[in-house]
Amino acid sequence: MQSKRLGWIFLAPTLVILFFFGVLPFIYVVYVSFHQWNPFAVNPEMVFNGADNFRQIVFDQAFLNSLGVTVLFVVFAVLSELILGYFLAQAFMRDFPGKAIFRTIHTLPLIVAPIIVGSVWKLMTTPSIGIIPHYLDEWFGITMNIGTSATAAFATIVIMDVWHWTPLVTLTLIAALVSLPPDPFEQAQIDGAGKRQIFWHITLPMIAPAVVATVFIRLMDALRTVDEVWMLTGGGPGSATRFVGVHIFKEVFPKTNYGYGSTISVIVLYLTIVVCWLLYVTMLAPRNKKD
Amino acid sequence: MKKKSAIVGIVFWTLVSFLTLFPIYWLFVISVKPAVQLFSTPDIILSDPYWGNYAKVWGDRLLRSYMLNSVIISTGNALLCTILGFLACYALSRFNMSGKESIFFWTITNRMAPPAVFLLPMFLLMTTVYAVGEWSLLDTRIGMILVYCTFNLPFAIWTLRPTVDGIPKELDEAAYVDGASSWKVITEIIFPLCRPGLAVTLILTWVFAWNEYLLAATLTNFNARTLTTGLSEYVTTTGTEWGIMAAISVFTLIPALIVFGLVQKHIVAGLTFGAVKG
Repeated sequence: MQSKRLGWIFLAPTLVILFFFGVLPFIYVVYVSFHQWNPFAVNPEMVFNGADNFRQIVFDQAFLNSLGVTVLFVVFAVLSELILGYFLAQAFMRDFPGKAIFRTIHTLPLIVAPIIVGSVWKLMTTPSIGIIPHYLDEWFGITMNIGTSATAAFATIVIMDVWHWTPLVTLTLIAALVSLPPDPFEQAQIDGAGKRQIFWHITLPMIAPAVVATVFIRLMDALRTVDEVWMLTGGGPGSATRFVGVHIFKEVFPKTNYGYGSTISVIVLYLTIVVCWLLYVTMLAPRNKKD
Repeated sequence: MKKKSAIVGIVFWTLVSFLTLFPIYWLFVISVKPAVQLFSTPDIILSDPYWGNYAKVWGDRLLRSYMLNSVIISTGNALLCTILGFLACYALSRFNMSGKESIFFWTITNRMAPPAVFLLPMFLLMTTVYAVGEWSLLDTRIGMILVYCTFNLPFAIWTLRPTVDGIPKELDEAAYVDGASSWKVITEIIFPLCRPGLAVTLILTWVFAWNEYLLAATLTNFNARTLTTGLSEYVTTTGTEWGIMAAISVFTLIPALIVFGLVQKHIVAGLTFGAVKG
């Protein structure tokens, strides 16, 4: 219908910027991933070592462990955010006085910088100065120490993430719920369907694209989180909260193992792309095409 | 019945709001405490605020220039990403280009890269390749605006695509029949219809750029340093000055709060990341 050339002209600036700031650094990282390299050493020479880094990664217990911890984190955090976000979105569908104010308040965590979120949660949960361990101890006699207890540290990070990102999920789900047509719901009520049936057979299938989209973006961001976790626990205690993002960060900066860090990044990026792509082609793309 | 449910609603939301606001409130509490009081027993109720930290932050000329950098970089980046993202979405939505769906997916893969390892190639590219003589992209505002595109531009494209796709093609076809130019169709028909989506994209990219830390900490030294990197300057060998850090944090929150408040009502209408509206 129109000349394709115009389309490419509109797309060109995006492609150029992403090429220079996305693709070129990526090519460099792939190149380095085949080398042994410590750029901060006295003798910072890149030594080609073929696929050694890739061979090492398969047997690297620390890396596999960090992958496991990350998957666990994503499952716990994203699932809680979805459930909580859905209930809050449903609650926002009703009218009540002060709704606009409450909705504004509910979106506030979104605007706090991850590094600040990490700092404030650290201050709230550090034993002896933090308010949360203090009152847990005084009121319930529970000792909470994120410096020594792996469970406490992990749970704190999940709760912090839920606090920070549930608002985004709520907003996305509100957007989906608002756009639902009323007819199927009226029909279902006339036919005598229960609340649970309506949810499983009508609401959920209809908001599925929004749910998948939310999972998609949360998954993507959770896999590259560094700031918050680094600030709060530094990946510890032990390796309890050493997510892949943190693991790579530790490999590159304190250990200055740049070549191997690049290899891990390439693998992690590859895994992320595969998972997201599967999610995209099976859940999102067919619906988009139908339109 | 109606009155009762209203009360239940208010009670419920007050509770949720309390939980939501508490960490932000706590940030404020820390910012008005002198350093020595930080390590005493915590107290929920704020008593006897100490404004010294704010005076120190306000008096710091360096931080004021960081604030200005932050404003310029995030605004520039958000505008650039929203406009380029919008044009890209229009191209992807309306033109029959080969491989466009692959390009669409490829854009988002740029956001997936684990940041730690990409810092060094970015640094090297900016100091050696994107440099002319003495001048290099490193530590410049325009450099940071472009670097932030790696995560914000894909986000903008993915947020805007459903909005642009949702506008019936017949609208632009009718305009073309009437003899309008492509430019006119885009600026006078598509653009106004996308306003809610554009507002959300603008605000979210702005917030992401405003809050970015790792890249800013590595790729700026002095001229283009942002407010978030200013935070880490108070982590010193003699210990972290939490009070001052918290005061700076409160300062970083205020502009974000204002910007967010301005577009509050558009946010819900335009948030459809990758998903189609029914």
